[in-house]
Amino acid sequence: MFQEAPSFWQNGPAPGSFYNFPNTTFNQLQNSASDAFKHSQSPVTTATSIVALVYDAGVIIAGDILGSYGSLARYRNCSRVLKVNNNIILGAGGDYGDFQYVKALLNQKIIDEECLDDGLKLKPKSLHCWLTRIMYNRRSKFDPFWNNFVVGGLQDGVPFLGTVDKLGTAYEDKIICTGYGAHIVTPMIRAALDKNPNINKAEAKALVLKAMEVLYYRDARSYPKFEIATLDQDGVEIAGPIDVSQNWEIAHFVR
Amino acid sequence: MFRNQYDSDVTVWSPQGRLHQVEYAMEAVNQGSATVGLKSQTHAVLIALKRASSELSAYQKKVINVDDHVGITISGLTADARILSRYMRTECLNYKYSHDTYLPLNRLISQLGNKMQICTQRYDRRPYGVGLLVAGYDDQGAHIFQTCPSANFYDCKAMSIGSRSQSARTYLEKHLDEFKNASLEEIIKHGLRALRDTLPPENDLNNKNVSIGYVGKGQSFKILNENEISSFLTLITGEERRGAAASASDQPPAARDDPSGDEGPRDPVPAVAMDTE
Repeated sequence: MFQEAPSFWQNGPAPGSFYNFPNTTFNQLQNSASDAFKHSQSPVTTATSIVALVYDAGVIIAGDILGSYGSLARYRNCSRVLKVNNNIILGAGGDYGDFQYVKALLNQKIIDEECLDDGLKLKPKSLHCWLTRIMYNRRSKFDPFWNNFVVGGLQDGVPFLGTVDKLGTAYEDKIICTGYGAHIVTPMIRAALDKNPNINKAEAKALVLKAMEVLYYRDARSYPKFEIATLDQDGVEIAGPIDVSQNWEIAHFVR
Repeated sequence: MFRNQYDSDVTVWSPQGRLHQVEYAMEAVNQGSATVGLKSQTHAVLIALKRASSELSAYQKKVINVDDHVGITISGLTADARILSRYMRTECLNYKYSHDTYLPLNRLISQLGNKMQICTQRYDRRPYGVGLLVAGYDDQGAHIFQTCPSANFYDCKAMSIGSRSQSARTYLEKHLDEFKNASLEEIIKHGLRALRDTLPPENDLNNKNVSIGYVGKGQSFKILNENEISSFLTLITGEERRGAAASASDQPPAARDDPSGDEGPRDPVPAVAMDTE
């Protein structure tokens, strides 16, 4: 007798589409067009803590000059405290490439403002807010700038210190340390300022020097050379690289 | 129907080097009701004369709040003013969002000037038919700016625009030296007197047809209500009005006379296409 005729169109593609060859990855390539891109999920060349505080007449920001590849101390002259204008200084930690990118954005902003030629200069609060918007905008694209920024300055003569992280979380404080320093030296600086709330520039510098020393001993990503930026009525001063005084005598007691 | 061979398009020059369409737009400002702006060291004040299009309608709004530190009064096409005030509000808001501070006045005005200029140089546009007086207070102190449909803008000590505003300018010029150190109350009184000088003798200011807005040190831009306006009006009632009888010579307001003149037909008085306020 007649066999049942096979159905007319078996395992075929839907009308209008192509046949899917079995056991190939060929078809999966279709979606790998240029609309795919990678988000940054971890930093590459990193810088560690920033230490900053407000003293009686101004602000001080310090950071070492190491750029690490993970635990490898890869670059040993990466400056990351800078003068923005006569009212503002900036410190940055985290991914060094992202920092350079944001620095380029900032420089262009300063140039644009200079071109208006109206004599108005960016103020620290405005920069802090602007950086917050930049950081939050990027984290909302799931592609954050992997940085901690510390903005210091004189806002109409009053010292200002603020920070923003890679999520766009921002706050102002008299003492700001980022990264490992937030855990290790913030309590030390707080204790010092509780005892003596109105320290002068020299005392502030000594305190920051002590903090950098502690960080060098405790933070495996730190480096014994650092820069200090200060800003007060006398203007901006960026000092360094300054050496951390090292004493390894105690190492002999470790058995 | 053209009054002139060279006014068919915004971008067409007359042989005398003039842009007639832009000049016609400037004329729209003179059709609007008068408004006065003046400042002291600490405050900038706007005072405007409101019109009602009929007995049955309310008085048309003349003073517009832009931001805490900026307000404007308008003379010319209200609809165009609304576009410009919306633009100014947006700019102020965006600046406040990204910089956590108020947009400096000179930057706002130059951005506005750039926006308005585009319309004077494209064949598919027309100039904005409105003049603004902008009052503001920022780190540089109090400001009064005047903007024109021609996209010119001026940083003024005091200014008046709108119909018969020459009389107000005459008053302002005469008392210019008194403004700098005047109190807020004094400067509002000066503004009211200047505005009153633009009125024909049979009319007078009242709390319905006057609008007052001011901004200053520690004072965000405020538009006064009728009661508050009344209390200021009582301060100047009974004072003798300057040249009450001679105001005929002031009108129509002489637009900035060009001594070189244009050999072509005289500037027309435009037929009313849209009501101006």
